[in-house]
Amino acid sequence: MPDDLAPRPPGLLTVPLTVNGAPRQLHIAPWTTLLDALRDGLGLTGSKKGCDHGQCGACTVILDGKRVNACLVLAASKEGSEVRTVEGLASADGTLHPLQQAFITHDAFQCGFCTPGQLCSGVALLEEGHAGSEAEIREWMSGNICRCGAYPNIVDAIREVASR
Amino acid sequence: MRPFTFSRPEAPALAIAAKTAQARFLAGGTNLVDLMKYDVERPPALLDLGRIEALRGIAEGGGTLRIGALATNADTAAHPLVRRHAPLLADAILAGATPQLRNMATMGGNLLQRTRCHYFYDRQTPCNKREPGTGCPAIGGVNRIHAILGASPSCIATHPSDMCVALAALEAVVVVQGPEGERRIPVADFHRLPGDEPWRDTTLGERELITAVEIPAWDTGDHRTYLKLRDRLSYAFALISVAAAVTLEGGRIAKARLALGGVAHKPWRLAEAEALLEGRAPEDAAFAAAAAALLAGAQGQGGNDFKIELARRAIPRALHQAVAGTPQSHVEKAIR
Repeated sequence: MPDDLAPRPPGLLTVPLTVNGAPRQLHIAPWTTLLDALRDGLGLTGSKKGCDHGQCGACTVILDGKRVNACLVLAASKEGSEVRTVEGLASADGTLHPLQQAFITHDAFQCGFCTPGQLCSGVALLEEGHAGSEAEIREWMSGNICRCGAYPNIVDAIREVASR
Repeated sequence: MRPFTFSRPEAPALAIAAKTAQARFLAGGTNLVDLMKYDVERPPALLDLGRIEALRGIAEGGGTLRIGALATNADTAAHPLVRRHAPLLADAILAGATPQLRNMATMGGNLLQRTRCHYFYDRQTPCNKREPGTGCPAIGGVNRIHAILGASPSCIATHPSDMCVALAALEAVVVVQGPEGERRIPVADFHRLPGDEPWRDTTLGERELITAVEIPAWDTGDHRTYLKLRDRLSYAFALISVAAAVTLEGGRIAKARLALGGVAHKPWRLAEAEALLEGRAPEDAAFAAAAAALLAGAQGQGGNDFKIELARRAIPRALHQAVAGTPQSHVEKAIR
C-alpha cells in the first residue's frame, strides 16, 4: 500500500505522523480528514466511516493519548502527532489487548462495524479511569453507537478488564 | 468539502493579520469541519490556531480564573482550578457532547458553536441564518427544539451550548484580540438575539480572535447544579437546561445566579430573577417567583410549547438541588 493519497496535484501538504508506533509521511490535500488519511492513504481500514459527522464514534482513534473522532480532525493540523488505531492495540506478537479478548469472551458485538471505535474508546476510557461503575461506563461510552445493541455485553467486557 | 487554503500562524497577531471576513479560525474543528461537510460553511481559507501556545493554559490569580481559548473542554472540566473555583462550569461541560468531542472541542470554539436547527443544516431548505432573506421554515414547521424566548419573526433558533449557560450564570468575560487591540466582552453581551440579522450569532468582530475566558472565582462547593433535560440520557442537546448556584447565609440566599439553556438564541439570564431570590428564604414561593420572572414573555411555536412548562418546573428543581448541595450527577441520571 503506498504511503500517501495518490495522485498528487500541486499544493499538497506533507504531514509527518507516528501511526501505531511507526513514523509515516502523509502527502495530503488540506481538506483530508485523519480518518480518510488513515483509511485511504495508509490502508488502515480498521477505523470505520459510519456517519462522518462525529455522531457515531465508529472512527474513534487515540490521538496523542486522547480519544477523538478521526472524521472531524483535519490531518494537516496534527503534524507530529501520535495516532493509535485498532490495528495498534494488539502486541507485535499478535497477543490481543485485554479489552479485545474481553470483547470475544463476552460476545460484545454482532455485525462488528462499530467495534474498532468501541475498542479504541474503551481502551482510552480504561486509561482515563472512567470505568468505576456500569453507569459511569455507559455515560463515558456514550460517544460510541452500536446499532446491533450489544451495549450490555460491551459494558460487561469493559467491567471485566477494569476489575483486574 | 470545498477546497480551501490552509495555514498555521504561530502567534495571535499573525492569525489576526491573516484573517479576512470569509476566512475561519480552526480550533477543535468539531463544529466547523462538520458544517463544512454539510456545505453550510464555505471558508476559502482556514487559519489553524493549534501552534499558538499563548492560547493554551488555565490559571488563577487575583480571584479570577483565566482559561485559554484553546483549552479543550475535557481538560477544562477536569482541571483542579476549574473544579474548585467554577465547578458549575465543569458540570455543564460534562453534560454536553461525548468524551471524544470534549477532547477536541475548545473554549473558543464552544463559544462560537452554531445552532443545531435542522433547517440551518439542510441546504435544501431556506434559512435566514444561512442565507439572509430566504425565510424561516422552522416558524410553522418542525420546531420542537426551538426558542421560547427572545425569538424574532426571522429566526427561532437556539444556541446549543451547555458550557455557555454556565458561563452566563458565572458572569464570565470573553477576552478577544483584534486589529485595534484587546477587548473584554461580558458573556451576556457576546451572544446576541436574532432580531432582523439572524446570521450574526455573536458580537465578535470579523477579524477578532478569542484569546481567553475569564471567570470570577466563586467557590460554591456543592451549592450549584447543572440540570439538563433532553431526549436521551446522554449525548443529546438540551431541550431545557438550568444552571443554578447559590451562596447561603443564616438560612437565606445571599447570592443566586441562574441561567437557562435550550430556550433562546443565547443563554438566558436576567438579574431581576436572581434579585427575587437574594435575601429570601430558600423556599418554593421564591423559586416559583424567580421562574416566572425568568420566563416572562415566553412564547411557544407549536411544537415546542411544552418547553415553557418544562422550564417552569425545571427551574425550582435546579434551585432545590443548589440549595440542598446535591448537584446533578451526569453519571447517575436520577434527578434528586
